[in-house]
Amino acid sequence: MELVQAFENYLVSGLGAPWGAYAFTVIKTLVLILCIVLPLLGCVAYLTLWERKFIGWIQIRIGPNRVGPLGLFQPIADGLKALVKELIVPSGSNKFLFVIAPMLALAPALAAWAVIPFSPEVVLADVNAGILYLLAMTSMGVYGVIIAGWASNSKYAFLGAMRSAAQIVAYEIAMGFALVCVLMVSHSLNLSDIVNGQGKGMFADQGLNFLSWNWLPLLPMVVVYFISGVAETNRAPFDVVEGESEIVAGHMVEYSGMGFATFFLAEYANMILISTLTAIMFFGGWASPLGFAPFTLVPPFLWLFVKMVFVVTLFLWLRASFPRYRYDQIMRLGWKVFIPITIVWLVLIGAWMQTPWNIWK
Amino acid sequence: MAEIRNYTLNFGPQHPAAHGVLRLVLELDGEVIQRADPHIGLLHRATEKLAEHKTWIQSLPYMDRLDYVSMMCNEHAYCLAIEKLIGVDVPERAQYIRVMFDEITRVLNHLLWLGAHAIDIGAMTVFLYCFREREDLMDCYEAVSGARMHAAYYRPGGVYRDLPDAMPQYLPSPYRNEKKVRELNENRQGSLLDFIEDFTRRFPKYIDEYETLLTDNRIWKQRTVGIGVVTPERALALGFTGAMLRGSGVEWDLRKKQPYEVYDRMDFDIPVGVNGDCYDRYLVRIEEMRQSNRIIRQCVDWLRANPGPVITANHKVAPPSRVDMKSNMEELIHHFKLFTEGMHVPPGEAYAAIEHPKGEFGIYAVSDGANKPYRLKIRAPGYPHLAALSEMSKGHMLADVVAIIGTQDIVFGEIDR
Repeated sequence: MELVQAFENYLVSGLGAPWGAYAFTVIKTLVLILCIVLPLLGCVAYLTLWERKFIGWIQIRIGPNRVGPLGLFQPIADGLKALVKELIVPSGSNKFLFVIAPMLALAPALAAWAVIPFSPEVVLADVNAGILYLLAMTSMGVYGVIIAGWASNSKYAFLGAMRSAAQIVAYEIAMGFALVCVLMVSHSLNLSDIVNGQGKGMFADQGLNFLSWNWLPLLPMVVVYFISGVAETNRAPFDVVEGESEIVAGHMVEYSGMGFATFFLAEYANMILISTLTAIMFFGGWASPLGFAPFTLVPPFLWLFVKMVFVVTLFLWLRASFPRYRYDQIMRLGWKVFIPITIVWLVLIGAWMQTPWNIWK
Repeated sequence: MAEIRNYTLNFGPQHPAAHGVLRLVLELDGEVIQRADPHIGLLHRATEKLAEHKTWIQSLPYMDRLDYVSMMCNEHAYCLAIEKLIGVDVPERAQYIRVMFDEITRVLNHLLWLGAHAIDIGAMTVFLYCFREREDLMDCYEAVSGARMHAAYYRPGGVYRDLPDAMPQYLPSPYRNEKKVRELNENRQGSLLDFIEDFTRRFPKYIDEYETLLTDNRIWKQRTVGIGVVTPERALALGFTGAMLRGSGVEWDLRKKQPYEVYDRMDFDIPVGVNGDCYDRYLVRIEEMRQSNRIIRQCVDWLRANPGPVITANHKVAPPSRVDMKSNMEELIHHFKLFTEGMHVPPGEAYAAIEHPKGEFGIYAVSDGANKPYRLKIRAPGYPHLAALSEMSKGHMLADVVAIIGTQDIVFGEIDR
């Protein structure tokens, strides 16, 4: 802290009062961004390993076990491999769009983390419209996919882009409505407030925090939100955008090397994001499930991490268990099932909040 | 308004769902298939022509490579055709061994089909589970013939040799310690028949496992029910055989209708579908695996009780034993003639068909009395099935084409030959 203070003083004295302060803010923010993004990318790398291991266990395989002890260096080897591979740009493609598409996919997935509260007070940008920012950022991710599909000038990639556009629009709405329920009961768009709001209530007073969390009164919304999240991140069984056995890899079909890997980074970063959000919105974020020792002694950040890993593992479990939906069936599920459910539940919650039995006062 | 044109998509030959080297030219309206035009021949190896230049026995290993997931069944049809031409008797034990390995092959084929079909529709775990069981059956192939796939085990007049008394064992390795190896070798202590019997005892539970993952799965049903419907009349008109025909509700199985070998002594049922869609064909094949398991059980029981010769004593067809060859002039000549010139098949023609896992697999052989066929024609069941792809997939979506290719159980080794 003193060191930071000294650095600020040094900048202010060196550059003059306003400019020094601006420079300090920029540098401080950049450092903080790195503090979030680097561990996040580490998580992404090891999520790929965890996915391969976990699905391996489900499928009576071993999973990676050759690179390093227990295969722990596998993600590093994979990353190196992707880095040194040639980037092939198809001759018929729109080169500029082809190159920026992976970045457009990855950037929003990382930018969304700015408003995620990791612990009480530990958040990069404690903005009041946190949920709106998140919805905006997650919707931006689709541009990367559509532009990649368009720029590749390939029929498979184009089909993938079309599917992605339709799918993400459909599930964005269901997801949005599910979050509207959360913000209604929390009276806030600020993520930290949402977490704090879940720590109050009849059960929390008795130390049973986990029964006060949003998942119980908003149970259908949890399901809708989680499934929409799976669809939003193009994960199985909603992975028609990639559709391995139909359109091969969809929008990524023409990409090689790091371009391809960047899409994967984006996909996994989105998975972690959706899982973290599920934990924050419905499972009390950093709060401990029981309000007494030894549960309260665990650092809040760790609780969030544990919840995130749990939800991410659900993603993997789904992938190993289910066949893939067909494109029109996904649309039907999104438009005809999820959106009506969320709207009905929204009205129900609204009505509930007007009655004397309102539990969110 | 701009003119709306259909979208032509080249599907394969390098495509994860192409089952080898299928090339489809799809005409799409959005994602809806207007026309599917299969292009074949990318795996053409001229098996029929090659057979005209090789002795009868030398062509036998080529049969393994036709439908390379049901190897012994192909050999079976070939041997039956030769036996029909020569009129040689096959010892009863050899017939039981053939029936047992035909059914093992059927299970092998259906397991690969199930895994591939499931992974085409996106359920990837089933694939790995199927391969676990395939591994055991491959070991049976290996124990009996020395090769895991291309066995060349059936011979005109019987089978190459009797079933072994011991199973190969796993050995410890840096990745597999003693304890693990002992577990793996636990059911390999006895003879091959013990191993197969143990497998038949375990296998129904494994089928239940696959069914838990798929049969009542809503997504699986949404993806297969009502997809690729073929009416019984159309199925017959299109020349469907095997599970494709039975899935449409036509009760036709060569094992029952024209029994060969000892199938008439076996107790088993023929499952048939009702609607003729992908889901019914799936159920039919699952049930066929259970029935095959029953047949294997009956064969194992009979083979345990009845030792005997496994290949004909006619040494103009099958080689004499090593001992006889060393001590007997006559046998030495037989041996020499067989291994230099090969067997002579009397002039004539014969068609022999078996109930192959994929349908009716037939060999039509014409002999002019020489030591090699004058003409050999292979009737591959997958060929008419693939020809119906366009009809089956019309009006469905792109993802359904993949399901239909899966349900047809296509293998290009036999289609392209």
